[in-house]
Amino acid sequence: MLGFVYGVAAMGLTLIWGVMTVINLAHGPVIALGMFGTYLLFTHLGLNPYLALVPVAFMGLIAGFVIYGTAVHRVINAPHLSSLLATFAVNMIIIGLGTAIFSTSPQNIDFPLGSLEIGFLTIPYTRLLATLGAVLFTAALYLFLYFTRPGKAIRAVANNRRAAELMGIPSSQVLALSFGLGTMLAAVAGGLIATFFPFTILSGGPYELKSFVICVLGGLGNPLGALLGGLILGGLEGLIPAFMPVSWVPVVEFGLFVLVLLVKPSGLLGAK
Amino acid sequence: MKSWKRNVVILLTILGLLLPAAPSVFAAEKTVIIGYTASRTGKLNVEGMRQINGLSLWIDQVNAAGGVKLPDGTVVKFAAKDYDDESKKERVQELYTKLISTDKADFLISPYSSGLADAAAVIAQQYNKIMITAGAASDSTYKKGFSLVYQAYTPASRYLTGALDLLGKLDPSAKKVAIIHEKDKFSTDVVNALKAYGETKGYQIALFEGYDSGATDFAPFINKIPPDTQAVMGGGHFADTSTFAKQLFEKGVKAKMVALLVAPPEPKFAELGDAALGVIGASQWQPEAKYSEEGAKKAGVEWFGTSVADFDKTYKAKFKEEPSYHSAGGYVAGLIIEYAIKKSGSTDTAKVKEVLDGMNLMTFYGHLKFDNTPKAHGLQVGHEMVYTQWQKKDGKLVNQIVWPEAAQTAKAINYFPR
Repeated sequence: MLGFVYGVAAMGLTLIWGVMTVINLAHGPVIALGMFGTYLLFTHLGLNPYLALVPVAFMGLIAGFVIYGTAVHRVINAPHLSSLLATFAVNMIIIGLGTAIFSTSPQNIDFPLGSLEIGFLTIPYTRLLATLGAVLFTAALYLFLYFTRPGKAIRAVANNRRAAELMGIPSSQVLALSFGLGTMLAAVAGGLIATFFPFTILSGGPYELKSFVICVLGGLGNPLGALLGGLILGGLEGLIPAFMPVSWVPVVEFGLFVLVLLVKPSGLLGAK
Repeated sequence: MKSWKRNVVILLTILGLLLPAAPSVFAAEKTVIIGYTASRTGKLNVEGMRQINGLSLWIDQVNAAGGVKLPDGTVVKFAAKDYDDESKKERVQELYTKLISTDKADFLISPYSSGLADAAAVIAQQYNKIMITAGAASDSTYKKGFSLVYQAYTPASRYLTGALDLLGKLDPSAKKVAIIHEKDKFSTDVVNALKAYGETKGYQIALFEGYDSGATDFAPFINKIPPDTQAVMGGGHFADTSTFAKQLFEKGVKAKMVALLVAPPEPKFAELGDAALGVIGASQWQPEAKYSEEGAKKAGVEWFGTSVADFDKTYKAKFKEEPSYHSAGGYVAGLIIEYAIKKSGSTDTAKVKEVLDGMNLMTFYGHLKFDNTPKAHGLQVGHEMVYTQWQKKDGKLVNQIVWPEAAQTAKAINYFPR
């Protein structure tokens, strides 16, 4: 179940990497901002947290444009270390501001929906809806990338930026758009997670780490791979505890991760 | 001429006699610095902030009352010096060294949580400073040979055992208990003692697993609870335990009793709504506590400091929130120092230590007495826990004391069926 939500967060990361080979270290805080966005809309405006995802997605897109314009655009052709440091700076700024404004007390969206009981299985509806939301966003992203002009432009730039520019595609705009989409997905994933887990401004960190693992597992730069990676990770987290102590989960997860890197370094669905 | 000389000699002699007494004529004031770090940010900030509030209330009150007068006439006033430790161990040791050597702290209060307090205790001992630990219940800290560290909380080994006694009362046929706990120092100490106690009482520990600090997804653990388990116990600190309680509810766990650490006594826990209902918490202190001067007299124990009602009232007035046991813990840590300085008539470490070693005191927070044997020096042996439960009263969630029976404000109810 959680796999889909992990997948959405990882798709954002992998999209940014795929298009502009930037490792976005501000991914985690943006996930946390998505959580707070949903929380604030829910507590102050009384908006249904699932409807709140739409404005949160929009704000995520805008935040992406702003981050891209201020921190990433100038260093996009510089060595990786520069963009890594630039996004890390954004990461620290968001966390610092967030700590000052929201403090680090855990927040909680109190929106219980009850649980679905099938035999001995009990699944909270919040998780089912989060899965549904994640699937919808994935489908929308797929349609956007494959069936719209800007989507096609993104794929063209990802494939070969110089060639795309020669064909008259405005690459800076496309890069900004892809960065915006990436952060939008992060914000949405955050919003979905916020409906069932409490969070602080620091909560994005673990999901960012998971996103990295998922991206590499599924193949960097491949959104479908990210979704698959997310499902694998989510599945492992659900299955392993049935057979062994829960503390073994990261051991198996990362063991598998190393194995995939050894056997197929480009990831499960990565290019050759 | 001679008489003039004699007069001068007499005058000088009188002056000479007066001089040593001069301080009592012009009362000298001394400011004692209470140094501590607190988790203003990080995962322990809910508990940490309450503790700071409690302590700062004590400082306000003791200074407003004119401080502590020593026999030599010196008036001791108190001031706090604190840093944010970000809930991190590395920061704690660095900052306590700074508190002692740069800020010249005279007495220390521990940071919140056993792990952090343990790190700070080493520094206190090294620099020969007395440290009162608040919010640090782990037993092991006091078994390391420290001689200047004193515990205000009931130790971890006696933290949840009362909940098992309550279970025996609630459902005498109960057999199976599942324990799911945070893998930190304090919670591990608590559940190890709980497990041992449960086994001697004939309970079967059907599940015994730990989760990492900062965990948010408890589904894998909850799925492993055997369906016929009568009680779920454990947890850790506020952030993780409240999440755990929420997910236990969402997953529809059918246990008669859910008893968790740290979070349930906090007023903020009620924000969980229905998920809080029926959850039992172990508390060091509750505003409904019945400790009083008369009670102390009856028990033949010395009484010191403010009353429960006064603490409750002044705390609410200052911070616009309900005090929790973390707040009371912060206040009482200061109160212990005040008592020991007053009684010893000195701010000298060795003299204050002597008083603390022999202290047997009743306060608004309850009974306080330290172990003074070298084996477990400073361990709290006087203070008792109370167990609270969130119940519905007129449609609103209220936290009732359900155990021990002597302190009961309501009878315990089942977690399930509710």
